[in-house]
Amino acid sequence: MNLELEKINGYSVLTVQDERIDAHNSGELKEYLLQMIEGGESRIIVRLGNVRFIDSSGLGALLSGNKGVIAKSGKLALTNIQKQVLSMFELTRLNRVFEIYADLDEAFNNEV
Amino acid sequence: MCPSFIQVDVVVPTQTKYLDLIGSIGERVAKELDSYTGDRAALAYQLNLVLTEATVNAIKHGCCDNDPQNCVKVTIQLQDDDLNIKVYDHGQGFDLEKVPLPDFEHPGESGMGLYLIRSVMDSVTYTKMKEHNVLEIIKHLK
Repeated sequence: MNLELEKINGYSVLTVQDERIDAHNSGELKEYLLQMIEGGESRIIVRLGNVRFIDSSGLGALLSGNKGVIAKSGKLALTNIQKQVLSMFELTRLNRVFEIYADLDEAFNNEV
Repeated sequence: MCPSFIQVDVVVPTQTKYLDLIGSIGERVAKELDSYTGDRAALAYQLNLVLTEATVNAIKHGCCDNDPQNCVKVTIQLQDDDLNIKVYDHGQGFDLEKVPLPDFEHPGESGMGLYLIRSVMDSVTYTKMKEHNVLEIIKHLK
């Protein structure tokens, strides 16, 4: 999986470069997030703007990261989610679990 | 003009690297449905999703062993206004009726696949047969 990690305004911003998150690569995303959290990252924003498809395992990987960061009293937010991908969060009601913002600026303004 | 009959049969090894291929075929089929009056982009996503989830299910739960020669067979058939997807596996099978709904209050990291399939399609059945099992998924397009 192609992931890019940047530090912006004190946040760890992880951009998923792949168009697709499914059972073939979601394990990598989950591991990467958990390693970030183990490494002390506590304010994480995952940018999903490039992602045009996510399956249940991809949702599970993000959920795993969310649980991991909450356990360490941190926060994880998602931004730039495409319409069809967002519908998966709505269908599984995970839009009530994650903090979801239109873009990085909105996430920063809400002090994730 | 909408074609009245399309059938696509695909056989791939039981490896997750082929999920993209299988899902893409679903998106491509959706693009052929010229007379579909609903949200075509949503339908394309749904077919991609359903084929991906069903194939993962067959790979994870449908294989008797780790033999790399194992394959998943998928058929997609459009006849009149019904889209029929069948995913065949050769494993122990499972009881579809005993698959629980996800716990929305305390969501788990797995167990959402069949729920997603059922949510976006009209009929889902799983039949155990002598030689194989079949997950059959139907979407009424009108």
